[in-house]
Amino acid sequence: MNTFPSEQLFKLGLEIYLAAGIFGLLAWRYRNLARIVVFSLTALGAAVEGGACFTALVSGQTSTVVIPSGVSMVAWTFRLDPLSCYFNLALAVVALAVSIYSLGYVRGFAAHKPVGLFCFFYCVLLIGLTAVFSAANAILFLMAWESMALAAWYLVSFDHEIAENRQAGSLFFIMSHAGTACLLIAFVLLGTWSGGFDFSTFHAAGAALTPLRQGALFLLFIAGFGVKAGMIPVHIWLPAAHPAAPSNASALLSAILIKTGIYGIIRVAFDFLGVPPLWSGFLLLAIGGATALMGILWAIIEPDLKKMLAWSTIENSGIILMALGAAMMFQSYGQTALAAFALMACLFHIFNHAIFKALLFLSAGAVVHATGTRNLERMGGVIRLMPLTAAFFLVGALAISALPPLNGFVSEWMIYQSLLGGFRSTTSVTRVLFPIAGTLLALTGALAAACFVRAFGIGFLALPRSPEASLAHEAHPTMLAGMGVLAAACVALGVSGSMWMGVLGSVTHQLFGINIGADAAMASGLTLGSGLQAAGGLQKTPASLAIAVLLISVLPLLLWVLWLRGRTRVTGPAWDCGLPRLTAHNEYTAMAFSKPLQMIFAAFYQPRRALHAEYEVSTFYPTSVHFESEVAPAFETRLYAPLIARFMARAGSFRRIQAGSIHAYLAYIFVTLILLLIWSTRA
Amino acid sequence: MMATLAKAALQLLLLLIAAPLLSGFIRTLKARLQMRRGPGILQPLRDVWKLLRKDMVIPETASWIFAATPYVYFSTAMLVGLLVPMIATAAPLRLFGGVLAVIYLLALGRFFMALGALDAGSSFGGLGSSREMTISAIAEPAMMLAIFTVAITANSTDLSEMARVSVSQSWKFLAPSQMLAFSGLFIALLAETGRIPVDNPATHLELTMIHEAMVLEYSGPYLALIEWGASIRQLVLMTLLVNTFFPFGLSANWTPINLIPGLAFYLLKLLLLAGAVVLVETSNAKLRLFRVPELLAVAFILGALALISTFLF
Repeated sequence: MNTFPSEQLFKLGLEIYLAAGIFGLLAWRYRNLARIVVFSLTALGAAVEGGACFTALVSGQTSTVVIPSGVSMVAWTFRLDPLSCYFNLALAVVALAVSIYSLGYVRGFAAHKPVGLFCFFYCVLLIGLTAVFSAANAILFLMAWESMALAAWYLVSFDHEIAENRQAGSLFFIMSHAGTACLLIAFVLLGTWSGGFDFSTFHAAGAALTPLRQGALFLLFIAGFGVKAGMIPVHIWLPAAHPAAPSNASALLSAILIKTGIYGIIRVAFDFLGVPPLWSGFLLLAIGGATALMGILWAIIEPDLKKMLAWSTIENSGIILMALGAAMMFQSYGQTALAAFALMACLFHIFNHAIFKALLFLSAGAVVHATGTRNLERMGGVIRLMPLTAAFFLVGALAISALPPLNGFVSEWMIYQSLLGGFRSTTSVTRVLFPIAGTLLALTGALAAACFVRAFGIGFLALPRSPEASLAHEAHPTMLAGMGVLAAACVALGVSGSMWMGVLGSVTHQLFGINIGADAAMASGLTLGSGLQAAGGLQKTPASLAIAVLLISVLPLLLWVLWLRGRTRVTGPAWDCGLPRLTAHNEYTAMAFSKPLQMIFAAFYQPRRALHAEYEVSTFYPTSVHFESEVAPAFETRLYAPLIARFMARAGSFRRIQAGSIHAYLAYIFVTLILLLIWSTRA
Repeated sequence: MMATLAKAALQLLLLLIAAPLLSGFIRTLKARLQMRRGPGILQPLRDVWKLLRKDMVIPETASWIFAATPYVYFSTAMLVGLLVPMIATAAPLRLFGGVLAVIYLLALGRFFMALGALDAGSSFGGLGSSREMTISAIAEPAMMLAIFTVAITANSTDLSEMARVSVSQSWKFLAPSQMLAFSGLFIALLAETGRIPVDNPATHLELTMIHEAMVLEYSGPYLALIEWGASIRQLVLMTLLVNTFFPFGLSANWTPINLIPGLAFYLLKLLLLAGAVVLVETSNAKLRLFRVPELLAVAFILGALALISTFLF
């Protein structure tokens, strides 16, 4: 029955994940055994899944895997089409690195922590994610969606001794379910309108729906998937939940879990509906822009390293949504080639973000583990004590700041090209939006660079800022290996971006019927006129840029060898205005670093400042000064708090009819009964 | 291949020599306008030569980032210089990325510079690094917007293609969109090169310095590389400005007979732009740090107007 090996490999991978999970549960008493076996198995499973998805993706074929459930009427059907395989490939690469990393990282869990249970939910999360990306019908999709959310909830509240983490877990749980409710309604509506729950049925019927129905579905789907994607204003769970989980889980959540939302939107927009309504693309472009800007602005002032990374995930999700929104708008303008190019940019950025965000979370996790703090102000000097971890973090920081020759630059370049190309996609005034969106992207990119200079410069360089930081030690070799895989992927994807175009092309072939990745060779000019030619620019491969970077750095190195080697170097204290010795107290702080930006964007942050000074003789000689400054989380205080307050007030008014008197309750039941009887006889 | 290498070598030579000379020219002209004698045009070259032969003091708090920074800063500046058309419409290297690669390679240099400044551990470095990243964060979008306008007009983000298109329509620079974009980019140039309304290259006052605060811990050959690199970055940005907006005299090919007038035109345009920079520097006071965003907002609005006027006119 199975003719294509990728189907068997896919099944095998899932079975390995399942076996690993069950083993973790059974061997819960033997912490080390459970850890070593489970994470080795998941690494193996991830490699198998990756192989399956890569071969399927390269062949460009769609195949179906059916796993009988043993219950009649229900079969678990997975469909391996290029879009599914692409997301599963990203998952597999990240899962491979995270599993290797976890071999060492989970050793550091406290003695009372249930390692076996952690392993089990880790495997459930992997299975859930794989199934979400490849489910062939709405029922399996929702089941996978829920098990994924449940596993993620466990991982987020794993360190439940800390009240903050419990709250983060509950918040995630509530938001996630609010999103699922929207999805459930949307799928039921789509199911009734199209007469089935298979994705292929949706595909067949979606395009024929009336615009009103399409619009309603779209809003529901965007709301439901947007929660997972970290879209504003439903992002509030993300900066709380992602840092709360152990760092290997945070990496998986930030790199892959948020992409389930993006996957859903792509699936709905291009597979179910075919040509999304114009306003929906515009909506996503606008929301994406706002999400990107807001995410990075909050990341910049965040003192907690992992929380900062979580905010930056929101930023990147916004960038991805912008590219997706642009692709949708191009598709509704009828510019299929440009839409395909914009979607390729979007997909490539999804992959790249998965890689470098996982890398950043893993290296941050190693530092947090070694120094025992997440606060940037208490780190510092890590680069001497943990040279490799610091180098890996630097690679991630360069990649996420879109600096050449790493992978972030290639995908952001593609997004710029598609946005600029968008200027010619239509003659209406809306085309001004695209370059403006490009400028917004430039702003977020420059802010991201500032943000990561701050994170690396304050957190890793110069002197240790606390006693804990000065005792840091290099991470376990398996942790370094996990990070190394991802760092190598950042470099490889940056250098070989053009080879990747064929892979991306098979996804656009499925959705749009054209594969500009493969056709790109025919266009040699680098013009913006159409996506086709813009892709041609990629044939002047990113590799050439990387090679040029290398060659050109040979020159100063030559200078170094010939000239500077002989120079005497004296090591001395850094200049600090003639004070006796530089200490960590003289260093610039993370807060001071981002202060200018906080002041420039004060209208956005609305900081609250309070200055209290007491004087005795003159106002020039205060006896005591008390200063407070706070930036309150905007959405929580200004949107959610009033909403919750209003809801609670309304709920309070129901208390009047629920006074606690049993006579009253009996009366209610009696009245209800009478009313029901009247109603039933009337009909 | 050999031809490319020869072109690259020629342009590299021009970059390495012309960049310090341009800095010297600006300094001398400024001094003359302020009724001073000035150090002479050759002074920056002499400084580089002197620094290259000196010993170095490395802060004991510094890591390898501190040592890598001068190389990264210098080599990104050189690479960017090879991507920009200087005397001929075709730049020696036409790599992936075009004008976006130029901007992001400059950003790569800046990223390392800011890290190197933090690595020494003194508060001056942090101060400079924080201000540099802040100003670039708001200057970069303004610059991009102006560049997008030009790219949309030329229908390409490849610099050589942009130069070719603007040469072929040489009166285009009078179009409102081009003039607005030029003004926006000029303001962004002042910010990116640390010129007076934004940063004062001649001061070591901790309240105001930005670039100087970052390089405070560097000495000897490292400082030489950084200063040299900084002057190349300035030259590249100014070249970008003159050659995209006023493409007159750009040689259509790399034959010597065309290159010589191309070079003459190029130097003339460059000196005129330098004169404009000097006029701005002499007639303005340095802005407070928190007034700089307003200036850059002006650049941003000019860019936005430029964009809108591309299809109104």
